[in-house]
Amino acid sequence: MTEVVADQTPPILKGPSDKEKKYDRQLRLWGGQGQQALENAHILLVNSGSGVVGIETLKNLVLPGIGKFTILDTGIVSETDLGVNFFLDEDCLGQPRAEACTALLRELNPDVEGEGHLLEKDGLSGYLQDHHLYTLILFSYPIDPTSVSHIEEYGRKHRIPLVSMHSAGFYSYFRIVLPGSFPIVDTHPDSTATTDLRLLNPWPELSQFAAGLTKDIDSLDAHAHGHIPYIAILLHYLKIWKDENGSFPSTYKEKTLFREKVSSAMRKDTPEGGEENFEEATAAVLKTVSVPALPGSVKEVFDYEPAEIDADSNFWIIAKAVKAFYAQHNQLPLPGSVPDMKAQSTTYVQLQNIYKAKARQDVAEVIEMVRTHPHGKGIDAGEVETFCKNAAFIKLIRGPDASPRSLGEIARKEFQSDEEAAAWGGPVSLFPIYLALRATSHESSTRVADILSEVDASIPDVASNEHLKKVVEEVARAQGGELHNISSLTGGMTSQEVIKIITKQYIPIDNTCVFDGITSRAQIFRT
Amino acid sequence: MSPSAVVPGELGSGAAPSRWSFRDKILLSTGPFTHEMFEPSEEAVAALGEMQILVIGAGGLGCEILKNLALSGFKKIHVIDMDTIDVSNLNRQFLFRHSDVGKSKAEVAAKFVEKRVKGVSITPHNCRIQDKDEDFYLQFNSIICGLDSIEARRWINATLVNMVDEEQLQEGISDSLKPLIDGGTEGFKGQSRVILPTMTSCIECQLDMHAPRAAVPLCTLATIPRQPEHCIEWAHIIAWDQEKPFPDVDNKLDNDDPEHITWLYQKALARAQEFNISGVTYSMTQGVVKNIIPAIASTNAIIAASCCNEAFKLATTSNPSLGDGENNYMMYSGNEGIYTYTFKHEQKEDCPVCGQKAKDLTVDPEWTLQEFIESLAGRADAQLKKPSVRTAEGKSLYMQSPESLELKTRPNLEKKLRDLVENGHELAVTDPAFATVSFRFAIHYR
Repeated sequence: MTEVVADQTPPILKGPSDKEKKYDRQLRLWGGQGQQALENAHILLVNSGSGVVGIETLKNLVLPGIGKFTILDTGIVSETDLGVNFFLDEDCLGQPRAEACTALLRELNPDVEGEGHLLEKDGLSGYLQDHHLYTLILFSYPIDPTSVSHIEEYGRKHRIPLVSMHSAGFYSYFRIVLPGSFPIVDTHPDSTATTDLRLLNPWPELSQFAAGLTKDIDSLDAHAHGHIPYIAILLHYLKIWKDENGSFPSTYKEKTLFREKVSSAMRKDTPEGGEENFEEATAAVLKTVSVPALPGSVKEVFDYEPAEIDADSNFWIIAKAVKAFYAQHNQLPLPGSVPDMKAQSTTYVQLQNIYKAKARQDVAEVIEMVRTHPHGKGIDAGEVETFCKNAAFIKLIRGPDASPRSLGEIARKEFQSDEEAAAWGGPVSLFPIYLALRATSHESSTRVADILSEVDASIPDVASNEHLKKVVEEVARAQGGELHNISSLTGGMTSQEVIKIITKQYIPIDNTCVFDGITSRAQIFRT
Repeated sequence: MSPSAVVPGELGSGAAPSRWSFRDKILLSTGPFTHEMFEPSEEAVAALGEMQILVIGAGGLGCEILKNLALSGFKKIHVIDMDTIDVSNLNRQFLFRHSDVGKSKAEVAAKFVEKRVKGVSITPHNCRIQDKDEDFYLQFNSIICGLDSIEARRWINATLVNMVDEEQLQEGISDSLKPLIDGGTEGFKGQSRVILPTMTSCIECQLDMHAPRAAVPLCTLATIPRQPEHCIEWAHIIAWDQEKPFPDVDNKLDNDDPEHITWLYQKALARAQEFNISGVTYSMTQGVVKNIIPAIASTNAIIAASCCNEAFKLATTSNPSLGDGENNYMMYSGNEGIYTYTFKHEQKEDCPVCGQKAKDLTVDPEWTLQEFIESLAGRADAQLKKPSVRTAEGKSLYMQSPESLELKTRPNLEKKLRDLVENGHELAVTDPAFATVSFRFAIHYR
């Protein structure tokens, strides 16, 4: 192997570990920290009904390497199971389903622990004693109401997320109940959305650097002129604009005029007939020449009063400090990243360093505020830095108590928008699917009239809706039977959400996802 | 209206609960949304088991698709894949174990599903899709793709469109028309789509939905790198060819050889240090060189199941499916909550594969033929890497092969476009990746 030049820091020569190789394609999404969170997790599946959707969900969690799973199930493997459940075979007939599925799921990943237990009737509460074992509980419908209340009680007591799933025929839904407000820092925003260059309020170091690059801009030689980074180009012409007009371009019309001004400053007597850096500057005007407004989701975090039990968590202490920072500076801490742009390597690196230095300065200020909090001493500076870098994209999913709307209210609103949508041919609401499946939560009714009266009993006045009636007919058609495709798809969606919740990365749904396998659509409701 | 046309229990009554009782509840009754042509019958159920389905790709999507088809009651399945199993597949390709690394994906996957699900036959083909001829593809009722390569998708799409016998179709015989169901994923996102060749929007019509990544200009790599990726690309494209580090294998870069990747990584790292650029890692080097797309089990599960759900509905008509109804395309995004967008992608009149019209192309008359040819690779709606160009009259302007013709036409590369083709005239472009297709472009000078 070739040695790297001696006077440089020697790179780590060893390649990726076996585990890094196996998990390479997912580590590129959630990184080592996310992976560690998964490996620390213990998921309980209370499997009920024909239970394919729960097993398919677990499959997608075992493969990426959750620490442990436990399956509790009253079922004994029958002929019918073999037609829908891939993690069973002929040899399993007559065995407890939990144990049989556990054995075949464990084959998928030797790093994952798993156990399965035959659940005796009324045996669930025995498994949900005081000890805090599980990171998250999954359960599937139809299931008896007593089991649901045991699970819900456990979830409240130990403050863990619960995810329920129901798949029948071409329809399904799953619903997440978080134990309280759920803040996320690492939301992975689209990289194109994160550019924050502060062109309208540059700090002195940035202004000086840019001014140095654009001094005598008109007499620069072709090479230098063609390599001014677009940030400096825009700062230069913004200054001229302000000197001429008294203020920065703010309206769309002004920005368009400004863009023309920048564009017309491009030299066209080059071999290419233009300059890449000026083209980049022109293209960046509308997006970067503006004062970033406080995003609504961040305002929501600033305005939120966390419950007492959460208020001293690192997130809320840092959030409070960032809020104070915002109040003082009328802007969020600078993220500090610079998009790639045509420039000399050294100039670009200098520019990067100017943004990084300002970002570090902002972080230092926030840390100082964090340290004034009685519980702020022990907070890791790296955590504050990550928070500041993502400040514009933090997100809060509210807990189950926040302003609940009744199912009747949601239904009426959905039916009303269906009427409007009918006029322009828009898609029809999937909410009836939730109502119809929910009406078969405890037993799979096969008669349309039974399901409708069950809907009617819990939500007055909606059962007369024509579309709901049809959906109920389709639910009755399935007689509670799962189709493997729909359960597999639903298990895929559910496991994506479980991963987001456990890794605290990306943004989970709030809180019910309904899937329609007839029109191939999903819709989210807060129920 | 009663939801059931056939009273459940009447058919196959007396037997113990069957393996397929859940599926058959659906297939033996009509629903409120089923087409009026749908007639529930035991014969229709039996017909499902007789259909031949081809699965292209036995990777992340393919493993899921095979499982789903087997558990939907398809019994005659073929799978084609030229790849062997790598350790980085194991986080999602659940039919493979550590001991299978190095074996054929198609063979291991077929054997596994056959063993698990009684009564299903899965025939593996350990080869490229291009190795099979029309007769091979003609034997199937429909084809499901779980691929990670746009080129392979474009190839099978063009092949299936070409196979359609329009005359037969006019007479109502649709044997030559093979529905193509295609899935794709990237991270938490994916899409599934149904294509009825010649009748609905095809993969080529939709090509601009998969725009190629913009290439970094060579001069940036060579003289002014700014990003860690620039240093890696420099090592990959420039340093490798200059230094020829592995003469024992004729300096042919093997993306899967850790020694090769390590060499590139160290070169890139040294260059990054020289320019004060931080962030070059082994993992990033591998990602850039192999163009790695993040992939996880859950997204594959969603997209594969969506494809198989559409295949099941198409095969049984038990409910409307994408392709035969309003829509033909479902986009899925799980990054921020869950968002699906299901819509109709319209067929394009000027689609080079299924359309009748030449595609209008506005170009600079001062361009050389070389510049024109290079631009075809970057255009989202063309993406042609090795194009040969003829005039509408059949005169060869530039041919990539055979060598003699390449030599003869090479001088044209320097000529200006305006001297080779008149404004408004057509050019015919072919590419070895899509042998059966001639892309027609109507040239308009700006």
